[in-house]
Amino acid sequence: MTTAIDVTGVVKTFGPVRALDGLDLNVATGEVHGFLGPNGAGKSTTIRVLLGLLRADSGTASLLGGDPWNEAVELHRRLAYVPGDVNLWPNLTGGEAIDLLGRLRGGLDPQRRADLLERFSLDPSKKGRTYSKGNRQKVALVAALAADVELLILDEPTSGLDPLMEAVFTECISEFMAEGRTVLLSSHILAEVEKLCDRVSIIREGRVVESGTLDDLRHLTRTSVVTETDREPAGLADLPGVHEVVVNGNRTEFEVDTDHMDAALRHISGLGVRSLISQPPTLEELFMRHYGDELEANGAGRHATAGNGQGAGDHA
Amino acid sequence: MTTTTDRPTATGTAEPSGRAALAGTGTLIRFVLRRDRVRIPVWIVALTISTVSTAAGFPDLYKTAADRQSRAELMDSPAATAMSGPGFGLDDYTFGAMLSNEMLGFVAIFVALMSVLLVTRHTRAEEESGRAELVRANVVGRHAHSAAALTVVIGTNLLLGALIAASLAGSGIESIDGVGSAAFGFGLAGVGIVFTGIALVAAQITENTRGASGMGAAAIGVAFVLRAVGDIGSGALSWLSPIGWAQRMRPYVDERWWPLALMLVVGGALIVTALVLSTRRDVGLGLRHQRPGPASAKPSLGTPLGLAFRLQRANLIGWCIGLFLFGAMYGSILSDVEEFVSDNEAVRDMVSNIGGETAIDSFLTLIISMLAIVSTIYGILAVQRLRGEETTGRAEPVLATAVPRARLAGGHVTVALAGGALVLLAGGAGLAISGGASTGDAGITGDIIAAVLVNIPALWISTGLAVALFGLAPRALAFAWAVLVYALVVSMLGGLLQFPDWMSNLSPFGHVPGIPAEEFTITPVVVLTAITAGLVWTGIDAFRRRDLTTN
Repeated sequence: MTTAIDVTGVVKTFGPVRALDGLDLNVATGEVHGFLGPNGAGKSTTIRVLLGLLRADSGTASLLGGDPWNEAVELHRRLAYVPGDVNLWPNLTGGEAIDLLGRLRGGLDPQRRADLLERFSLDPSKKGRTYSKGNRQKVALVAALAADVELLILDEPTSGLDPLMEAVFTECISEFMAEGRTVLLSSHILAEVEKLCDRVSIIREGRVVESGTLDDLRHLTRTSVVTETDREPAGLADLPGVHEVVVNGNRTEFEVDTDHMDAALRHISGLGVRSLISQPPTLEELFMRHYGDELEANGAGRHATAGNGQGAGDHA
Repeated sequence: MTTTTDRPTATGTAEPSGRAALAGTGTLIRFVLRRDRVRIPVWIVALTISTVSTAAGFPDLYKTAADRQSRAELMDSPAATAMSGPGFGLDDYTFGAMLSNEMLGFVAIFVALMSVLLVTRHTRAEEESGRAELVRANVVGRHAHSAAALTVVIGTNLLLGALIAASLAGSGIESIDGVGSAAFGFGLAGVGIVFTGIALVAAQITENTRGASGMGAAAIGVAFVLRAVGDIGSGALSWLSPIGWAQRMRPYVDERWWPLALMLVVGGALIVTALVLSTRRDVGLGLRHQRPGPASAKPSLGTPLGLAFRLQRANLIGWCIGLFLFGAMYGSILSDVEEFVSDNEAVRDMVSNIGGETAIDSFLTLIISMLAIVSTIYGILAVQRLRGEETTGRAEPVLATAVPRARLAGGHVTVALAGGALVLLAGGAGLAISGGASTGDAGITGDIIAAVLVNIPALWISTGLAVALFGLAPRALAFAWAVLVYALVVSMLGGLLQFPDWMSNLSPFGHVPGIPAEEFTITPVVVLTAITAGLVWTGIDAFRRRDLTTN
């Protein structure tokens, strides 16, 4: 397995603000790597360092085997980038912007361009200043996806897109991946990352706090179980790794660390199980573990946040 | 704001009542004052101090009445008239007459500029950024933004006028009396109010801030040229210029007040026009609607230079047309210049003293130098465009392709340098064509082309400085304007204030061989070009090494 992106101990400060604080990030060739974090965690700064737009204060970064600052131009021929906040030239049309960016990279596939315009239902003859946020985003996406490159760097690429267009985006990324290429997808939308990504890195306050496959990360979190049993589950709460036990007659709800799942289920199966619903840990919960204290500080209760991924997503 | 109708249907049918249209004005006024709590006092203090200190310098510079009278003779020439004013009170050139003739028009340019920039900043810039939409969604009436901006800018003008009048009246300089000072100060305020109206109309017409402030600035240029051409010729054209109106209040000579009333009426009419226009358009949009453009890019739009040219093309064409017209207006009075001189023996002697062969030669030298100073504005704006590309984040996707930083910057710098030269050449062309027609002497064309060419390296200096600042200290880019303002002050006030030689040498234009009045020398041209090259190289090299900054 070769490495597309390898960042070690990168520090980047803006005056007193330490935007990246010893960041490590490793993306293997051929994977879709989710780069998750709330606003201001340092996602965009990391991407700008990778693109050679910012120079790291210390640490090492390598992109497609090259140095992102010194070999920027050569490396950029092999990648395409979609910024999080797309700002187009007010008096250039979307089509002109797409062609321009393609040519500056070294050409783009006209057939693919036409195909993508169609799929994203984007009118390329409108001037940049008249596009809505979602349409500006589509211009950048078409420009990037029409390029024949090894690596896509996407900074919150679906912000402003409607659900229909998000689906088109997901489809396009899957096609892109089928050809064995690499994607770094920064996002705070967990569902999107869950759908697309092989591996995930969670960034917080300029550091990657968790990194691994979704399966790896699920080991780190809890499964929630709702069960109905003939007898009351005495002693369940005393088992290692079992939390938040709520007994309501025959119905019991609890959470269990993935590592202790086996023992907990053995315990329950002795009680005469009538029904059992188990929910695998979602990325939302994973995310909550790293931002939970922030939410608590903001006044949201831990229990409420653990059970309400949607609300938590909004909050983050 | 996602849907746009061609014409809001509400127009004329369900106009909100006057009070509703102004709801929230008071809050917005406080907001404008809060945002400009430094900017407005700086304008007021800077303009007051420069005016009063100029007047305060007169008694030392011109100790006797004879000194003043020889200055008056110097002013009685076409070139001097083009730069200053109509020359009221030249027979008895008191300090007051001197201030009124030589300083009023100059300060008026800056008062007008202040008004245009402030109005645009609080109206069109707010709309373009989308902030106005956020504000208008609250309990804020249709005209509240305009009303707040108008209140503040008109108030600023009146305060500035009163402060200048009071400071001059209290300066105790001989012949600078209270009545004249009031005419001087409120004449300036009147000019400011007219340009407040012009800027507000411009803010309705175009969708972007640059366009609106550009129209306002063009109006200032037109006003200045109209009064210059009018004052040299019959004087009729001066009556089309707000700056001419202020000068025709004749402060310190024989004051009259009705031109002030004229300014207030015209300013008021422009404001009403703007408010009516504003009800005929949607928030965020201009009166001019966007048409669809090409769905794919022409082959020329595929390099950083092609992009820079495309982005600046419309601006460049506008500047070329503008300078061509300026040149043509000055050219049209070349025959008047000849007449002006042949009528006046003293001037004839004086002109030959400055070294020019003919009055036309020294007039041409001066006008081309002015055209060159104005052309520097284009060069600085073009470099600011590059900075704008960076801060808005539009440079980011370009630099994420296979474009090196030096080529991105190089594209814009090439357009800035070549465009600045082209703008000046357009001005020279206008001067040559209409001047040749007016004097019947096509031979001046060669002189004009030569004079334009030697001025190009001087106009490049400020572009070069802007590039260097862009690379080294991008937040300080606005300091590039300092060269322009300095050159303007030296060339317009240097004679009046008898600046020492070293001050004029600090201006790049101080080194330009004064063709056709003087001989051509190669050294300054080479040195100025070399300095520009050094500045450009420094700026681009620094840009390659620094972080990209995005707002």
